[in-house]
Amino acid sequence: MLEWLFEPLSFEFMRNALMVGILAGVLCPVVGTYLLVQRMALLGDVMAHSVLPGLAIAFFLQINILIGAFVSGIISAFLIAWIRSQTRIKVDAAMALIFSSFFALGVLLITLLRNKLDLDSFLFGDILGVTQADVSRTAMITLVVLALVRLFYKELFFYTFDRLGAQAIGLPINSIYLGLMAGVTLTIIASMQTVGVVLVVALLVGPATTAYLLVKQLHQMMGLGALLGAVSSVIGMYISYYLNVPSGPCIVLISCGFFVLAVLFSPSQGLLTQPETVNRAANILSRLKQTERSK
Amino acid sequence: MLLVQHLSVNYRSVKALEDISFKLPEGTLVGLLGPNGAGKSTLIKALLGLIPKQSGEVLYRDAPLQQQRQQVAYVPQRSQIDWDYPATVWNVVMLARTTHAGWFRSPSRQSAEIVKESLRRVDLFDLRDRPIGSLSGGQQQRVFLARAIAQQADLLLLDEPLAAVDKKTEALIFQIYDELKAEGKTLLISCHEWGGILNHYDQLLLINQRLVAQGIPKEVMTPTNIELAYGIPPQPRHFHDALENSFFC
Repeated sequence: MLEWLFEPLSFEFMRNALMVGILAGVLCPVVGTYLLVQRMALLGDVMAHSVLPGLAIAFFLQINILIGAFVSGIISAFLIAWIRSQTRIKVDAAMALIFSSFFALGVLLITLLRNKLDLDSFLFGDILGVTQADVSRTAMITLVVLALVRLFYKELFFYTFDRLGAQAIGLPINSIYLGLMAGVTLTIIASMQTVGVVLVVALLVGPATTAYLLVKQLHQMMGLGALLGAVSSVIGMYISYYLNVPSGPCIVLISCGFFVLAVLFSPSQGLLTQPETVNRAANILSRLKQTERSK
Repeated sequence: MLLVQHLSVNYRSVKALEDISFKLPEGTLVGLLGPNGAGKSTLIKALLGLIPKQSGEVLYRDAPLQQQRQQVAYVPQRSQIDWDYPATVWNVVMLARTTHAGWFRSPSRQSAEIVKESLRRVDLFDLRDRPIGSLSGGQQQRVFLARAIAQQADLLLLDEPLAAVDKKTEALIFQIYDELKAEGKTLLISCHEWGGILNHYDQLLLINQRLVAQGIPKEVMTPTNIELAYGIPPQPRHFHDALENSFFC
């Protein structure tokens, strides 16, 4: 009866894919929460696209492509912060500029260096190609980033809530910013195979946004976001398996579905569950009943 | 004592503060006054080292203030805070204990006691689990005042803590200022209000890019000084109001 549930698990690639998917589903919302509360959700998208030149160069030089991706992502974050502090240009413009330039450079480099790098698999994820080594690497990254978030929780909280206050009390805010960006880049690298760089922002922001509508504290937002992210990954993978469609878009749309549900039904902020709406609906219902009775 | 000498600050090549010198003795309540754009927030940020200074020195108890940041509590302007941040009143006040706990550690039980006590002092203990976004303007200001108290600093720099505050909260806040002053703490508070309320302060600093006057309220709020700072010759009525009645400029 539960064959549909277990059948995919008989394939090694599917077991690996699910593992990587769950890990990315947990990690992305935790890190994404920090982007969200700083109104920097799009920075995740920017950095995801910015890892491309690093990938291409690292592949060409035959060094670990993760190192290339990491360096490239950090450089983009640094450039955005620099443009923001040194010029009158606002952060959205800086991000748009950096994001498109890095992406363009990446695409050009891949063509020019005649890489055998498969652009598609980086852009949209390549769940079929997940190896055992990929699983352990993703697990490593997830563990390290989650441990760091736990260790520096109160400092990160202070920094993302009140940057000037954090600086005033003597916290090293530049290091915290760099650390946060390193975490975002690592998270993107860990999720590249599952959803691809084009869609990773959805996993960074989607589950965390949904959680934001449902809970009121930062750590609750991370916890619930991680749960929603993992569940979205698993459901998305199964749909992708049975319908033979790419996994990234499935995962993203499932996570988006959760968001729509939360927008409509969140106990405190839902469009259909807000006290006024409920009262109005109750009024209409009771009036309808009265008119029926009077008939 | 807080000693500021020849402090100048440029903001993107525009002069924001020029050659400001003053000293504040311990245990005083000092109001920082000046028109919009006079550099009140800039001065507070420059004292804390949050923005680079062009020249000058800021010494607290004979050592640079920047090296003793735990001794200073800072209350930022309301508009600098994202009130939709997923945090409760308790979370925010607990931030004051961040550096006391040290890296990698959770706040101690003693810190929790201090936070509890601070919340009681500003009369917010019952609202400790409320999200900060659901509070009124006056309650939000009191959250940050509680955070400043919980830091147990000796020098407090507050940026417009009376913005969006009702009369009742205003009285409570001034009562807390007096208590802190009695504990020997020094408070520098930028303010936007005129009128009798200014008499609460031991001293006023009137600035407009430069220091126009410092002293007890009566000495500072003279027609000449007001004209120097605000650039308008004070109307007789205004001048009368400057220290007598409440009146927003």
